[in-house]
Amino acid sequence: MKYVDEFRDPELINKAADEIRRLADPNRHYRLMEVCGGHTHAIYRFGLKDVLPPNIELIHGPGCPVCVLPMGRIDDALSIAENPDVIFAAFGDMMRVPGTNGSPLEHKARGMDVRIVYSPSDAIKLAKTNPQKHVMFFAIGFETTAPSTALTLQRAKSEGLHNFSVFCNHVTIIPAIRAILDSPDMRLDGFIGPGHVSTVIGCRPYEWIAQNEHKPIVVCGFEPLDLLQSIVMLLTQLQKGEARVENQYKRVVPWEGNRAALKAMAETFQLRPYFEWRGLGFISQSALRIHEQYAEWDAEQRFHVPGIRVTDPKAAQCGEVLKGVLKPAQCKLFGRECTPENPVGALMVSSEGSCAAYFNYEHRKNALVTSLNAPA
Amino acid sequence: MGADEEFEVPPGGCSMCLAIPGKVIEVAADNPNSALVDVVGMRRRVDLGLLLDDMPVPGDWVLIHVGFAMSKISEVDALDQMRTLEMLGESEAAAQEVRGYGLDEVDDKPAP
Repeated sequence: MKYVDEFRDPELINKAADEIRRLADPNRHYRLMEVCGGHTHAIYRFGLKDVLPPNIELIHGPGCPVCVLPMGRIDDALSIAENPDVIFAAFGDMMRVPGTNGSPLEHKARGMDVRIVYSPSDAIKLAKTNPQKHVMFFAIGFETTAPSTALTLQRAKSEGLHNFSVFCNHVTIIPAIRAILDSPDMRLDGFIGPGHVSTVIGCRPYEWIAQNEHKPIVVCGFEPLDLLQSIVMLLTQLQKGEARVENQYKRVVPWEGNRAALKAMAETFQLRPYFEWRGLGFISQSALRIHEQYAEWDAEQRFHVPGIRVTDPKAAQCGEVLKGVLKPAQCKLFGRECTPENPVGALMVSSEGSCAAYFNYEHRKNALVTSLNAPA
Repeated sequence: MGADEEFEVPPGGCSMCLAIPGKVIEVAADNPNSALVDVVGMRRRVDLGLLLDDMPVPGDWVLIHVGFAMSKISEVDALDQMRTLEMLGESEAAAQEVRGYGLDEVDDKPAP
């Protein structure tokens, strides 16, 4: 428990850890999936694995939007922005994400007009200040960021802004969870549910996981104590043979979600019949496209999109890692061909991807220990 | 990749997934969807359009994602959230994110 000193309230942490040890049946192996990349990051950063008994295994889920985005989508958007009249606007998170011929940042170095925006509404301002150009906003994220894109589309329409469009890559978390549960090689005992996605969708959309799949799910905050408390709640349900949706993150997540956000999304987006996820393949009804009534602001309808598909190298075992069949370090490419500096697979792309998180915390720590132990 | 001030690429991580707490200072007189919010010591325009059902008033705390207030929270929880960001080593990313809000805003001036 070397990181316990960093915790805000070590006493509460130790109490939760004791409770986990008390509840965990030593004859049973527990496989719990944290869906959200933010949780994965927190788990590695705080070394929570060291706090948990060895028979509790945390499986890192698909909830990192940058990681699951197929490279072909970046290629498609960059091909539109080859047009010198187009400004490519995206969150900073996207700037170093590799496309086939380089990242947006590398395209900028080669002369493409690439801008960082911190909010989709800043992309609208960019369009207003560059009336001779067309601003294409590269929208990405789960339900956490989709509502802000939705409002931005509504504003662009109501203001009659004609030199602005959205290249929409928004995905939804529920179908990804369903795909993971439907996978034949997947065995999970419960879920640590995403925190901020749930601020928008609330807790109801998870009820089928409890009712139909008989797995408990606990919507969870991002502090170490939140994670440990959620594990206590999951183990308590498992011990009693229950499967319910619980909300550990009540201080932020209302059970019903954010209705204004859901309404804006329903008005501006439609479900795509299917969408490709890196590591998981095609998942039906798992992503959003722009509603026909907003076709003018849909970059995919406004411009020619080549529809590029880039398959991940066969040697990269992202799908197996995503489903918890393999640990990050068990992938053949991990730490050799595939590193955070030079990501080959999806999960190494963003620091919230499970491979990058594992590399940044565990792998570097282990390498240090090995070098310290090596004979001089 | 130079130190182009206008083009400061975040060091990695996922800024769009950050939830940053801020305190509403004033709601714009001409636009009820826009508020001046104190976010980690900086004043920025934040969009309130997603809180129409439960509009915040000056003094309320909100959680902000990509420039949009997504939920109202208590002051205690807001301070907790700031500590969480610090513990996760994300407070610098959050500050950078906030500095980026508002391309043409001039809200860096101190409050009147």
